Amino acid sequence: MTRAKVTAPGLKRRLGWAGLLAWAALGLPGVSGADEVNSTGLAVTDDTVKVGILHSITGTMAISETGSVQAEKLAIEQINAQGGVLGRKIEYIQEDGASDWPTFAEKARKLLVNDKVATVFGCWTSASRKAVLPVFEQYNGMLYYPTFYEGLEQSPNVIYTGQEATQQILASIDWVVKEKGAKTFYLLGSDYIWPRTSNKIARKHIEKKGLKVVGEEYYPLGHTQFNSVINKIKLRKPDVIFASVVGGSNVAFYKQLKAAGIDLTKEKPLLLTISVTEDEILGIGGENVEGAYASMKYFQSLNNPNNEAFVKAFKERWGDDIVIGDVTQAAYLGPWLWKAAVEEAGSFDVDKIREVFPGIELKTAPEGYVRIHENHHLWSKARIGQAQKDGQYKVVYETEDLMEPDPFPEGYK
Amino acid sequence: MFADYSMPELMSIFAMQGFAGLSLFSIFVLMALGLAIIFGQMGVINMAHGEFMILGAYTTYLTAGLFENVMPGLYGIYFFVAMFLAFIASALLGMLVEWLMIRHLYHRPLDTLLATWGLSLILQQAYRSIFGAREVGVSLPDWMMGSIAVTDLVEIPINGLIVMVVTLVIATLVYLLMFRSGWGRQVRAVVQNRPMAEAVGIDTGKVDRITFALGCGIAGVAGAAFTMIGSTGPTSGQLYIVDTFLVVVFGGAQSLLGTIASAFTISQAQSTMEFFLSGSMAKVLTLLVVVGILMLRPQGLFALKVRR
Repeated sequence: MTRAKVTAPGLKRRLGWAGLLAWAALGLPGVSGADEVNSTGLAVTDDTVKVGILHSITGTMAISETGSVQAEKLAIEQINAQGGVLGRKIEYIQEDGASDWPTFAEKARKLLVNDKVATVFGCWTSASRKAVLPVFEQYNGMLYYPTFYEGLEQSPNVIYTGQEATQQILASIDWVVKEKGAKTFYLLGSDYIWPRTSNKIARKHIEKKGLKVVGEEYYPLGHTQFNSVINKIKLRKPDVIFASVVGGSNVAFYKQLKAAGIDLTKEKPLLLTISVTEDEILGIGGENVEGAYASMKYFQSLNNPNNEAFVKAFKERWGDDIVIGDVTQAAYLGPWLWKAAVEEAGSFDVDKIREVFPGIELKTAPEGYVRIHENHHLWSKARIGQAQKDGQYKVVYETEDLMEPDPFPEGYK
Repeated sequence: MFADYSMPELMSIFAMQGFAGLSLFSIFVLMALGLAIIFGQMGVINMAHGEFMILGAYTTYLTAGLFENVMPGLYGIYFFVAMFLAFIASALLGMLVEWLMIRHLYHRPLDTLLATWGLSLILQQAYRSIFGAREVGVSLPDWMMGSIAVTDLVEIPINGLIVMVVTLVIATLVYLLMFRSGWGRQVRAVVQNRPMAEAVGIDTGKVDRITFALGCGIAGVAGAAFTMIGSTGPTSGQLYIVDTFLVVVFGGAQSLLGTIASAFTISQAQSTMEFFLSGSMAKVLTLLVVVGILMLRPQGLFALKVRR
């Protein structure tokens, strides 16, 4: 890269195009140089391409984000072993968001402006995504975001590789109603945007079926005392507890539920969660959550050749004791989807990649098969697993077809 | 509000909620006792209190692993050994911290706040490096996780009972130590008038170190007990620190009795309101009440007359 560093994005783009035009006008021979696949000054050389990994490896979110980092590194190493992307080896620059949203924004800017990475895999909480979003839009970067989340967002600069809320909720409620005859629901979550939005979608869907929500409740993040709500649940006797409690509260909730004599394996009430992956069960303890149902798109126990290879590779790379949750798998999809899109576009330019996004598919995804929708979310299947004592889920149901992502469900537009 | 429920159901609710309130009360007391000693008696704002608790929780985790692998026959009672070890571990760390850091900062309470906050970050990262960023699952013997069914609706969680008993034992021991032993007399003398205590031959440095270690050790026991009800991760201590300070400050920093009274008030208010309102609203109201009372009584519920 010989061009001087230009920071104003508009100017940069104009110069980029000008350079391209000059090159075309001069009729230079089409050598496979870095400029051909990279007209916007990204950190791409003839044999390497730099990407960014932006997660919390310190602070309170490190618990959750560690798996995503491992998955992204594994995917990058596997892609490199296969010859890289457009013949270029991927080099990653890892930054620590430190569980602090302004730090995420600052590091995102560093990756895009100073390091000129071709793409970024990162973020976990919605708060961190919202913090980096303006940065990605300003500098026209591309973020692959792995977490299942509340929806209500669609940025041209983000690919959402996890489920948005409707994909996680609608099919699972249909399933408990049809298979388990559920009629009454108790909605319980931590008090922030994701559980509240999810429960709003759930309530709407439940009430549309003519069924009843007998309680809806939120506890502050980090709350550790659930005795009162457990008493209320005992009293109202719902058929289903629909739980979206997160973080350390999760452990407290399930331990206290068990201690209060509610045995989830008896399914009276049945517990359906959208927030407990295999990762969380490590902290909760399999014996405390045994019998609960979870609605996710991926479980480590999925029985297909893609997943068997993925689990094997993951354990070889990161150790035998490790468990793989929904978000970890979604993070693994990021580098692979990016590779597929770059190769389809024949370029690392973000604008060119964006044009080819709709329809980019991945047949080797551990969850089976995924495809990018025009709204930048993924078509994928919804699945329900039942927690086992050993901390794994047994898959009891999956939708026949891929579910269409619908980040702006009716009533929210 | 009550119209939907039958009379026996109502009785059960009150019984269950009463128990929930009591068990919250004992948790608060257990959390706050260690801090009440350190903050109340020594004037050190120990922001790392939560991390001392989590050291106790990790000690429990390690002890569980040890018993499971080396002497599975005794697994059913490992928890009591773990609590003892948790006390030792946290007290030793507390002693070290007092010697390295705190003793240079007496009479500078705001500096202790910053220094111990830094310590809490260091400890969190240390736990993360040693035990991994993920939460660890502390397995408990089966008999501890069950419940005693009194009627169809009323079930008493065994872990709640255990926390209550532990709290009672610890509180009694602290009472005996502080108010019925020679050492306790020395501590109270140092709190009330340090130069005079020194003048009559009390080694105030030693008293300080042991007092700090005792406070930390109790935090360790609390951490061990909380593995029954909560999570064990590098940052789990943060979940308790706000409530802990709330209880101590509300009770009146220098009074151990005040700490207990304040724990009782806050826990009962919170668990009662939690039943009628949502969890978040209950917390908001509890905090509002506490703020209101502290505005009228800045010294807290109970205040000792101390020469300054």
